[in-house]
Amino acid sequence: MNKKDDIALEIKNVSKSFHLPTEQASGIKQAFINWTKGIKGYEEQQVLRDISFEVKKGDFFGIVGRNGSGKSTLLKIISGIYTTDGGSVEVHGKLVPFIELGVGFNPELTGRENIYMNGAMLGFSNAEVDLMYNEIVDFAELPDFMDQKLKNYSSGMQVRLAFSIAIKAQGDILVLDEVLAVGDEAFQRKCNTFFNQIKKDKSKTVILVTHNMDSVREYCNRAMLLQDGSVDFIGNPNKIADRYSDINLYKSKKDTVVDRNKSRILATIISNRVLRPDDTLELEIIYKASSVEPIFAKAFIDLDGHPVMATNPRLLGWDSMITKDTNEHIVIYSLPLKSFNKGEYKVIALLEDLNTKTNIANYGYDGETIITIENSDKSSSGGFLVNQAKMYLKK
Amino acid sequence: MYRAMKKSNIFSKRNRVLIKELVKTDFKLRYQGSLLGVAWSVLKPLMLFIVMYLVFVKFLRFTDGTPSYPIVLLLGISVWGFVTEATSVGMQSIVSRGDLMRKINFPKYIIIISSVASSSIGLFINLAVVLVFAAFTGVSLTRFALLAPISILQLCVLVVGTSLILSALYVKYRDISHIWDVILQIVFYSMPIIYPLTLVSKSYPVIAKLMMLNPVAQIIQDLRHNLVAPSTVPTVWNVVNNFWIAIIPIVLTFVIFIVGVVYFRKNSKKFAEIV
Repeated sequence: MNKKDDIALEIKNVSKSFHLPTEQASGIKQAFINWTKGIKGYEEQQVLRDISFEVKKGDFFGIVGRNGSGKSTLLKIISGIYTTDGGSVEVHGKLVPFIELGVGFNPELTGRENIYMNGAMLGFSNAEVDLMYNEIVDFAELPDFMDQKLKNYSSGMQVRLAFSIAIKAQGDILVLDEVLAVGDEAFQRKCNTFFNQIKKDKSKTVILVTHNMDSVREYCNRAMLLQDGSVDFIGNPNKIADRYSDINLYKSKKDTVVDRNKSRILATIISNRVLRPDDTLELEIIYKASSVEPIFAKAFIDLDGHPVMATNPRLLGWDSMITKDTNEHIVIYSLPLKSFNKGEYKVIALLEDLNTKTNIANYGYDGETIITIENSDKSSSGGFLVNQAKMYLKK
Repeated sequence: MYRAMKKSNIFSKRNRVLIKELVKTDFKLRYQGSLLGVAWSVLKPLMLFIVMYLVFVKFLRFTDGTPSYPIVLLLGISVWGFVTEATSVGMQSIVSRGDLMRKINFPKYIIIISSVASSSIGLFINLAVVLVFAAFTGVSLTRFALLAPISILQLCVLVVGTSLILSALYVKYRDISHIWDVILQIVFYSMPIIYPLTLVSKSYPVIAKLMMLNPVAQIIQDLRHNLVAPSTVPTVWNVVNNFWIAIIPIVLTFVIFIVGVVYFRKNSKKFAEIV
C-alpha cells in the first residue's frame, strides 16, 4: 500500500498573515488618500508560522491552544475558506467543515428545508441528503417539528438540529470547531456515545478544536498544541492536555507578595502544577519575619474557598519549625495526593505568630499557586474522596 | 496551495444543487409575509407601466403612433427592471453573504449566478405578462420570436458580467453602490425605453446610432422587434448599416463578461478575509 493512502490531511509549512486596516479604508476616498500619501493603510499580523503536520485516516485529532493562538485560522485554512501565504494543504477524501453550526440556516424556512439547504452548502446532493435525513431527524429528536419554521424552534432545538447534521453528515473528514457542549444532559450523553463510536471507526477522520481538555483526553488519539501561531507539541492527547493546563496556569500567575507588618512569605510549586492522585505536590515556602517573635509557616489546600486539607505545625507539635529571627527561611512542604479527586485547588501558605496565634502574612489567595488535579489513569470514579471506603462480598 | 482530491468544476453536480437551493430559498422568501405573494412580481411593473403610459404616451405624446406602442413600452420597462434589480442585488450579494463565506468554502461565483437567476424569475413572469397583453391587443408572434431566447441569453451574460465586476468592487469600495445608482439613471434616460428611437433619429440621427451601441439598448430593441412589433421597432441592425459597427454591442457584452470573470476570479480568493 502506498504510504499516502492512509493520510487524510497533510499540512506542510503553512503560514498565514492578515492585513488589519489601520484606518477605515472601505471607501474610494480613503483608498485614494492612502495612495497619495504612500500609506499602506494596514498592519500585518502574523497568525500562523510554518505549521506542518499530518492526520492519518481514522485519527481523532485534537487541536488545542489559548485564545488567539491561531486554531480557528488553521481550521479555516484546512476547510479552504482562507488561502495560505505559503505552504500546502492536501486533503484526501470528502471534508465536511463545521466552523459554526447551522451555516446557512434560515429562520423563515422549515426544519426540513433547512436540512436540505445546509446539506447543499456542505456539498451534498438532494439524493445524498435523502439518505441521511431520517438519521438526522432521529438523532435530533425532532421528528414532529420538521415542517415547522425554524424561527419557531427553541434555541436548544435549533442547536440540536444543526449538531445532528454535523455529526450525521456522511463525509470522510469531519472538522469541528468547539461545538461539543450543546443540548441537555440526555443529548450530551448521546453525543458522547456517538463520539466514542466514531473514535473506533477507522474510516472516519475527525479534526476537533476545543478548550475542553476532558474531551481531548476522552476522544482524541492524537493532539496538537498551538502557541502563538506555531506548533508547540504534537502527540499523546494526555500530554497535550497537561501541557495546555500548565500554560494556562503560568499565564495567570502574578509574582506579587502580599505582606503585612513587613513580614513576607512566598510559595513556589516545585512539582508539576498538573497532577494526578498518584503524584505528590511539592511546595517551597520562603519567609522572612520583621521581628524576633517566634513564628512558623503553615499551609493549606483550598477548593472553591473551603480549606480541604491543612498542615499546622503548632497543632501537630512540630516545634523545630519555629524560628525566632529575621533571617530568610526555606520550608519544603510535600503532600501525597492519593485522596484527592479531580479539580482545581489553591495552595495557600501562611505565616503565623506563635504568641498571638494570628496570621501575619499569606500567599496564594490571588491564585498564584493553583494546581490542577486530573483523574487518575486507572480510575475516573466520581466523588471527592477516592478509594477511601472498603468493600467486600459478604455472601 | 490547496489541493483536495476531487476538483469541483464550474457546473459540477454540487454547484448545481447549491445554485438550485439558493434560488429556491431566495424566491420563497422574497414575498414572505405579503398577502399577494408572487403576484407582486407582476403587479409592480404593471403599476409602473400605467404611470409611464399615462405620463409619456398620453400627456407628453412620446409615442411612435402605432397601436402596439404600449406593449413595446411595457416590454422595455420589464427588461430594464430586470437589469436594475439584478445588477443592484448582484452587486451587494457577495457582501451580504459574507457571514456564509467565513464559515464554509464554496465557489463564490455561485452567489452571483443564483442572485441573477432569482431576479430572472421575475423577468420571465413579466415576459409572460407582456405576451398575454400582446395577444389581447392583437399582436401575433412571427418567426422573429425564435430569436428572442438569444437576446435573453445575451442579457443574462451581460448582467452576470456586470454583477461580477460590481460585486468584487463593492467588497473593497462601498461607494460603488451610490455610483451605480447614478449610472443606472443615466443609462435609463440615454436609451429609447420610455421614448421611441424615432423621436431621436428624426432630428439627431448620429446620436440615435450611438444610443443603439449600448448593449442594453440593443437587447431591448431586439426583443421588442422580435417579440412584439417587427415592423415598427428599429434595431441596431437596421439603424447602423456597417456590420462591424453594428456588432459592437455584442462584442461589448462579451468584453464585460470576460473582464468580470477575470477580475472576480482574481479577487474572490480573498473575499472571506476582507468581507
